[in-house]
This record gives sequence, C-alpha cells and structure tokens, in this order.
Amino acid sequence: MSTSILTGRMNARPTDSHTLAAYEQTGGYVALRKALIEMDSAAVAAEVKASNIRGRGGANFPTGVKWGFLPPTFPRYLVVNGDESEPGTFKDRQLLERDPHQLVEGVILAAYGLEVQQAFIYIRGEYAKPARRVERAIADAYAAGYLGRDILGSGFDLEITLHLGAGAYICGEETALLNSLEGKRGEPRIKPPFPAVEGLYAKPTIVNNVETLSNLPWIVGKGGTTYAGLGPETSAGTRIFSVSGHVNNPGNFEVVMGLTWRELIFDLCGGIAGGRDLKCWIPGGASAPWFVPELHLDIPVTIDDTAAEASMLGSGAVVVMDESTNVVGAAHRIVRFFSHESCGQCTPCREGTTWLENVLARILDGRGRPADVELLLDVSDNISPGLKWPPAQTTICPLGPSAVSPITSILTHFRDEIDAMVGALEVPVG
Amino acid sequence: MAETGSDRITITMDGTEVEVPRGQLLIAAAEEAGTYIPRFCWHPRMKPVGMCRMCLVEIETPRGRLLTTSCTTPVSDGLVVDTASDVAVKAQEGVLEFLLINHPLDCPVCDKGGECPLQDQTLAYGPGESRFVEPKRHFEKPIKISELILLDRERCILCARCTRFSSEVSGDPLLEFAERGTVTQVLTFPDEPFASYFSGNTVEICPVGALTAKPYRFRARPWDLEAVESVSLVDAVGSKVSVQSSQNEVVRINGVDNGPTNQGWLSDKDRFSFEYINSSQRLTVPLVRHNGEFEESSWTEALDLVAGKLGSMAGSAIAGLGGARSTNEEAFAFGKFLRTVVVTPHIDAQLADGLDPQFLATATPRAAIDDLDKARTILVWSADLKEELPVLYLRVRGAATTHGARIIVVHPRRTGLDDVATHKITYRPGRGPEVLRKLIAGDGTYAEARAALDDGPVVAIVGRPGLSEGPRLAEAVAAFARDLPAGKIMPVTRRGNVYGALDMGLAPTLLPGRVAASSEQGRSRLEDVWGPVPETAGKSAKGILEGLEEGTITGLVLLGSDPVRDFPDPGLAARALAGAEFVVSLDIFLSDSSHQADVVLPVESFAEVEGTVTNLEGRVQKVNRLVPGPGQSRPAWAVLDDLSRRMGGDLGAHSAEGISKEIATVAPAYRGFGWDMVDWGEGREGVILPLDEGEQPLQYVPVDPGLRSRSSAGLSLHLARVLYDDGVQTRMSPSLASLMPAAAVYLHPRDARALGVAEGDRVEASTDLGDAELVVAYDDSIARRTAYVPANLPETAMLGAAPGLTIERLEEVVG
Repeated sequence: MSTSILTGRMNARPTDSHTLAAYEQTGGYVALRKALIEMDSAAVAAEVKASNIRGRGGANFPTGVKWGFLPPTFPRYLVVNGDESEPGTFKDRQLLERDPHQLVEGVILAAYGLEVQQAFIYIRGEYAKPARRVERAIADAYAAGYLGRDILGSGFDLEITLHLGAGAYICGEETALLNSLEGKRGEPRIKPPFPAVEGLYAKPTIVNNVETLSNLPWIVGKGGTTYAGLGPETSAGTRIFSVSGHVNNPGNFEVVMGLTWRELIFDLCGGIAGGRDLKCWIPGGASAPWFVPELHLDIPVTIDDTAAEASMLGSGAVVVMDESTNVVGAAHRIVRFFSHESCGQCTPCREGTTWLENVLARILDGRGRPADVELLLDVSDNISPGLKWPPAQTTICPLGPSAVSPITSILTHFRDEIDAMVGALEVPVG
Repeated sequence: MAETGSDRITITMDGTEVEVPRGQLLIAAAEEAGTYIPRFCWHPRMKPVGMCRMCLVEIETPRGRLLTTSCTTPVSDGLVVDTASDVAVKAQEGVLEFLLINHPLDCPVCDKGGECPLQDQTLAYGPGESRFVEPKRHFEKPIKISELILLDRERCILCARCTRFSSEVSGDPLLEFAERGTVTQVLTFPDEPFASYFSGNTVEICPVGALTAKPYRFRARPWDLEAVESVSLVDAVGSKVSVQSSQNEVVRINGVDNGPTNQGWLSDKDRFSFEYINSSQRLTVPLVRHNGEFEESSWTEALDLVAGKLGSMAGSAIAGLGGARSTNEEAFAFGKFLRTVVVTPHIDAQLADGLDPQFLATATPRAAIDDLDKARTILVWSADLKEELPVLYLRVRGAATTHGARIIVVHPRRTGLDDVATHKITYRPGRGPEVLRKLIAGDGTYAEARAALDDGPVVAIVGRPGLSEGPRLAEAVAAFARDLPAGKIMPVTRRGNVYGALDMGLAPTLLPGRVAASSEQGRSRLEDVWGPVPETAGKSAKGILEGLEEGTITGLVLLGSDPVRDFPDPGLAARALAGAEFVVSLDIFLSDSSHQADVVLPVESFAEVEGTVTNLEGRVQKVNRLVPGPGQSRPAWAVLDDLSRRMGGDLGAHSAEGISKEIATVAPAYRGFGWDMVDWGEGREGVILPLDEGEQPLQYVPVDPGLRSRSSAGLSLHLARVLYDDGVQTRMSPSLASLMPAAAVYLHPRDARALGVAEGDRVEASTDLGDAELVVAYDDSIARRTAYVPANLPETAMLGAAPGLTIERLEEVVG
C-alpha cells in the first residue's frame, strides 16, 4: 500500500519536483535513455502490454490492447488527455503540476513505442498553473535533447505540442477532444471509426490519459511484468484516488489496488468528519452509480470488483457523503453538471438531462408530484435504455447516461427520501 | 452503375431476409426494401451525423443487441436488424418526446404546418400526450439572418441539416451552432448574414418551421397549394422544380431531386425569381405605337398590323432574335415562322454573349453532368460557375469534396470554386491563348496542373470567362481537352433554354435537330416537310444589328429578347433598334428593347406554358403549366401561328404537343422523341438525346482555332455577369431586386496605386463601346493590369464589352 510509482518524487521533493534538475537527480529520463539505446519500438510497446496497465481516464481499457489497434500507416499521432474535468477528480492536476517531466518522459516513451513523431498534450484551460509547468517542462526537455530531432543520438524524432481546452467537460471524451484539437466544436464523434483507426486529422491516433502515461517511465525502467505483479491481476499497478467530501482527510492517495473501501475511507482518509455516519459514496467519478455502507464497504477497490457491483472505478474520484446529505440535492447537483456540460448535439442528452435537472429542482423546491418518480425513471430509461450497468445509450457518447447514474442511485438506495419529498405536497403541480 | 450480383448482400430485417446494395446505409437500404425508419437529421444528399437519434434500431452484434442509428450504420453481409423491437420503438418514441418538450407547438401559425416531418412523425411514432410540466425554453423569434431568411430558434430541433448544407454542399459556412447543451442554437456569425446564393435550400430541407423564406411566409397553407413538377428556366442546368400556386398565383418553388442534374438543390434565383411571374408590370394586352406612344389594342388589330408590315417587306430584310428563354416548342415555332413564313435566314438565339452555336449544340465528346462525379480531374475555364450556373457549381464542388476530383480553375480573378481548386491559374483577359499554350506544354508553374490533366477521366468545362474575351478560346481549350485521357467537354453558357433554342434551329448556321444550315441534304429533308427555306446562311445577332443600323435589314421580330440590355455593345443595339423600320416584340415585360418596338405582344411565361426544354448536357425535360397567363397574354407559338395564317402561311401549330410531334419528325436529333418519354413520374430524369452516336446528325469536333494573344497597353477589361444582375428575373422579383450588388470597377491595389486612384474614388471608366461612372474597389485576387466590372448592373449597362478599359479620376466637385 505504500508503493509510490507516481507520487514518490513530489512527496520527497515538495518544493522542486517539477524541475528538470530534480527530475534528473531522482532517476528521471533514465528509462528513456535505456529505451532509446537498448530497445526497439516493439520492445517498448511489449513492456506496456506486459504491464497490464488499464487506462486511468475512466474507461479502464487495457492500454496495450488499445495500442495494438493502430493500423500500420503513417503519420499517426499520440494525444495526451489532460482535460481532467469530472467533478471530484483532481489527480492529473497534481501530476501535471508537480511532476510534469514524468509525463513528458512517459509521452516520449509512448511515442517511441507507437512510432509517433508528433504528440499533443491537451490540458483543460482552467489548469493554468499545471499548463505553465508542463510548458516549461517541454521547453526544458527540448533544451536538454529529450525532445526534437535525433533524441539522445538515437535517430528518433518527436515534437510535443501543448494545447489548452476552452472550458468544456465533454472535451475529455476522446473524440470530442480530437475535434476540439482540430479547432472544431467539442462534440463526440460517432464510433466506429475509433481514433486508433481514424483520429486526429483522420489519421490513426492513440489517446491516453495523463496518469496512464506517467506510469511509463516506471514500467519501462522496471519492466512491465514487475508492474503487472503489483495488486490484483486485472487491476495491476497503483492508482491515485482523489477523495473528497465528508472525510477527515481528503486528498489524493496513491495506492496499490485491492484494499477495501472501508480501508480507503476510514484508514487512509481518517473516517467521516464530525463523527457523523457514512451515508454513501461515489466510487469512481460523478458518472458512477453510488455505493452504500451496508452493501459495499468491504468490497475490494479493484476495477472488476467495482464493476461486479454495477458501478465503476472510473477516474478514481471518490466523493464521500455523510448522513446529513440531502441525496436529492446531491443528485440534482450532479445532473445539473451533466446537463450544463452536454454538448447539445444529440437529442436525448440535450433535452433529457435538462428535463431531469428541472424535475429534480422542482422536487427540491417542494413542488414534486408522486408521478415524478416514475417520470424520472422513464426519462432516464429513454436516455439509457434498461437502466442497466454498464449502461446502454440512445446517445452518441456516455455523457447522457452519466446523468442517469445519480437518479438510479437515489431511487435504488434512498427511495423513501424522495417519496417523502414528492408525496409531501397535497396539491400536485401540473 | 450496373449492379452485379456481388454488389448485393443479404440482411435480415425484422425477421425477413432482404437483398440490399453492399455498403449502403441501413436507413436507405431499409427504405428501399420497404421499411421506413423515422428520421430528422439524415438527408440522402449529405453526410450522416446521427444527431437527432430518431432512426435508432436494434442490431445483433457479437456482444448482444445494440441500439444504433441506422443513418450511420452501413449494411454488411448477414446483418440482423430489428427496426421495430420494443427497445427500438421505445427509444424512437422517447426521442420524439424529447424533441417536442421544448417545441413551441405553434403549428397553427407555422408555415411548415401540414408538411412538417415533426408533425407527421409525431402522428406516426410519437406519444399521445405530454408529460412535460416544466417551463419551455424561449428564444427571441424569429430573427432575420439574411435579406431572405428568418430563423425561429424555438422551433429548431438542431438536426444540423442547414449547417451541413451551408458548409458541406454550398461551401459558404455561414450557419453554425452556438452555445451548447439545452441552449444550443443555430446562428450566423456577428456581422455576417446568411448571404448565400443557396440559402433557400436550407428552408426546404428544414424538418420543422425554424427556417422560413420571406417570399412564402404566411402566403398559403400547404394543403391549399396546387403543384406541378417542372424545370427551372433561370439557367441552362435545367434544375427540376416543383412549382406551387395558391389561387392561381405562383407562391413557391421547391427543388426536386433529379439525380443527374440538381439533386434537389436550387439557387435562390431558381427558387425566388418566380415573383416576376406575378408582377403587376406584366404585359396583359397588345400594345401598338400610335404617334410615338403605345396604346392598348385588340389582338386582331395588332396581329393584322404586324402581318401587314412584315408581309410588305422582303423576307431577307427581316430578322429574328430570341427564343433562349422559351420552350423548345416555342423556339421551334419561331424558327419555322422565320424560315418558312417570313422566309429569312437571319436568326439568332444568342446575343454575341455566348459561344459558336454548332460548338455549343454538338461538340463531342460531350460530358453529362454526372460525368463530374466520375472525373479525376476537372478543368474549369469558363465564367465563374457560382455566378452563372450555380447548381452546376454545386456539382463541381461536390466532385471535389465528395469524390476527390482535382479541380483546375483558370480565370482572371477569384471564383467560387477557388477554395476547392487544387490548381488556380489567374490570367489577364486577352492572354488566354498564351496561357493555354503554356498549360499544354506544361511549362514551369503549369507543370503540376498539366500532370493532373493527364490523369483521366477529365471533364473540361469551357465557356467565356468574361464578355470581353472572345468565344473561340473555349473551342481551343476544348480541342486540347478532348484528347486528354478519357477527356470529355462541357461547353457552357448561361441563359435558360439556349441549348434547346439552338437545337430548334435558332441560329444562323443551324437547322432544327442539330443540322448544319449549310448541309444540302439536311435542308432538302427539312424542305420535304416545310417547303422551301432560305438557302443562304444567315447573319448572327451582331450582323443583324449592324444590318439594322445600316438599313440592309429593316424589320425585326423579338421573342423574349432584349438586345438593348443584353448585347455586349449596347450602343450598337440602341442604334439598331432606332434605325429599324418595324420592330415587333413578343415579351412578358416592356423591356428596354420592346420600349422601342412598334408593336408589343404579351405572351405567357414560365408556369403558364407547357412544353419541353433542353439543358446544357442535351437533356430534354418537361415544363408544365400551373397558372393562366395574365390578362390577354397567349402562348408565343399560338401568336406566331395566328401571324402565319394572316401572312398566308401555316405553321400547323395547334398545340404545344402537336409542335413537339413535328419536332420529332423533322429534327433528326429529336427523332422519335415524345412527351410521354419525359412526363414527370415516367421519365423523371429526362432523356439525353443522342450526342455521340451514329444518329447524331452533326458532330462538331473542336479544332484549336490558333488564336493569338491580345495585348493591350492599358487595362484589360474583365466584364462578367453576377447572379443577381439587372435582368428581368432579378429586377421584377422584389425579394431578389435588393440583392443586386453595388457596381464598382475592381482593380488590383497595386494597379490602382499606379493609376493614382484609391478605393472609394469615383472614376469614369471607358471602353471603345461605352462608358460608366463607377467607384473604385480593390480586389487582390485579380490579374495585374486587369479591371473587373460586373456586367449588366444599372450603372454598368452602357459600358460595352471591349478588350481594353481606361479610367479617369473624377475631380470632386467642391460645393
């Protein structure tokens, strides 16, 4: 549990971990030197495959498998998804701000493994300081010969372009990100084709998360199989959990997966603030169905165990709510976020999320009707047919179904509370 | 394209195996197989976006059943699809409910009401009642987004048809989505109105009443409309249209999807110029000049007068101009009247503003419009197609953007196609022959364009880039292009039915059916039916006008022709008409020319007559009558028939269809043709009459006429038409008249500096033929030492199309 792959440097060098000097003094760019001099591209890709690392952006798709989808055509691009915007998620921010060279080295290693000569780092526009740090790191890496032409005399060339987003959550969805990067509206594309086949500028493109790529220096340095040996077989490696809400000790925690939720919330985060009881928590970002203590506290924190309980580990954002929480209010706040962030291109998401938001707002305002519970469920069903997990969707991308998760969560676990709110009024509105 | 066995695959749809074309989108394949899947955003002529989500169906996948949009799913062998499963139906109903919750439901006052896909699909697939009790979304409504178009964002369902049309099809991306989520809306950019030549198409494809066009707003309810299918006579593309009337007045023209021609699209001039039909200035009674003033007259008096006058003159002293905006039947009657009753060879349908008639009518190998889709390389050396043949411009644009054709544009300044052109050659008017020689040789900067031309199939669109360049350059370009790999040529000129008029023999060198007037055999075959026709070749429009000025020709018959306004030497035209002893004009308005006539006879116009027309690829299509002509106006052929009998002849013209039967007898290229072949519904596409085969009487093989480049010491003039010029269709259509651009003389900024003038200066621009007082405007796309002047605007009408131009700065008058 104390293994620090990603956060060791920033903890050890709290004031200068972001500098090239500190990075080089603590083993930085050693893996890159090894890869470029001793390994060919295929060998680097093989290490990533062997590590069993799964994407840390939220979908948890095996990175090595994703890389394998690239057709043998050139040019091809690598895009780093640093548009971290899921409410409750703040892990990439720390990696960007406090260990940018770790990411840059990861990008160079990935680009080498993928035979890419142009990479893009897309960072959400609100992350001004992290972006400045990354910009500086890229500049320093160029100056030190880690980027540009003939890197470290290996003959490998790579350019990295930094791009800032303009404030849309949806640009964290990889195809919307690619549209945004191309200067278009940030709207998800219809898939297939997937980006690996037809991505940026219609060329084969790999999109990987900041945290995913920040692991690469360690994986290449220590070997993929070493990484695979950390934690459960299908949830290899460490993960950074961003824990927020009613805990005594909120923050980012890097842990080897496999501990239980009880250990995460009560040991690592010091339990619930103010001595109150735990009511529920969101295990993997605002899109994830909620967990409750009576059912889920002793479930292991792994990708598969979370999925088996019809939720997801997602981006590792854990939001803890204590007994004082108005769950309808919490659900409304999340639905409002998704309706605000809907790109607007497809009907069920654009209209449906706003409808759900308005119904919840009306209920909170004391104007709920008994029929609203069925209405919420049926509108949700028209966005995410069957209300199952993983969700089906009538939409292009999963944003619409994400807005359904809090509604099914409160109706599954806290039906009494919402019934009380909608039944309290004698004269229905309408 | 013939479909062979392997092009068809089997899918299982709703439990039944059906054969569908491989790779077709599921939504289209299903429709072909008889199953209509509801949709809003999908349009068969645009790329799918899968945005409205209405066409959701369930398909079988290795990982179970999956809801997917049928507009984005190509069919594959063995595909199993359920278009009406419980899940699919619930999803479709859900989407409709979502679309309706914020829709204003102002159907009683919505122009789309009654022909609205949202209404229709709600009836067929939607929920019966509303569960929505929240406040609806509101926007200011409607907002004016151009001089013609209004947008009601409350009605909009955000299907992206209009935005896609303007960016993908017409290439002027002036509509975009703004904002996001529930306040996503279609908008124009600040200070950039939706000023597109094609804006009306967005109104037509809008699946709700969000976009409306000024000419039709609140004019009628769709269920009260009467409609016929017809062909636009605005230009030579022959776009298929639906003409619609209410209470005997044309109120709307919509596009109809004819695959080989317009594919549903129209220019705004095609669509909105119908207003001239309803103009209060239409001629309604015959006018006869008495003591210098027109007086209304009876048909009997007017026709007796005309017959007496024409009958008293020698036939060869009479000439006829016109027919290029008439039907083939009217043009044929005009030609027969002139050749057999008046007995004159002096006939022309063009006004020295087009190309050689034999070249236009019969040049081979001729490209059909559809050949553009198959071409690897398209050479465009003609007028700016966007200005003169806008729907053809859309097809060339689509050939580049959808089919990947290389486009080579040769023109004196920027054209609408420049942004999709792979090569652009800008040249000074008069230097065309030299440019052609360099292009053929692949010299220097032309090497890449030359190499592209060796990659066929090649289509060369050839015409006159401007009126001050001669007609023979196009023939030289055609002579080069026809020998390129799989090279075909498309000679283009603009005016409505000019190809039909030439086919009907309205040219000094042509007899009906693409027969050379010089052909003994051709003439004798015609005489077998018609009796004697003049043996000598006639004069062209220029010769006719010169003859009138000199007095060798004394009588003139005009059929919808306005040489005073349209002939490139307006001075000559004015002197010719003034010098004529007798002029009779068959027209729909008192044009500048008919103002100078002795007798003016009101004839029926588009939407009032029946007949056929022939487009620039030789395709014959049917024009239909929907409304009666105003007042005492009559079909031109009937007027000519009456005149003939008064002059002792007989056209034998008792109906337009009867004339068509005679055309099929005496015009070899039209042999066997009948209206039944092109009646809408039967011959929806129309028919291309033979141009390449053995039965084609005349095959004009272009030969390079060996032109020399013309150099002028001063400025070369590029005088070219714009879409909204000061012609009848614009001037007499109130909605379009205001769109006529301001006139100016456009100069390269460096030339302007050298000439000592600046943008905004008033100058006197003069050619050998006339002059105009104009404002200077800069145009950095124009060839050096070249001045561009838009032709036929009120301020430029008297300039005249001469090769050279001089400009002189007018001193400001100090008050």
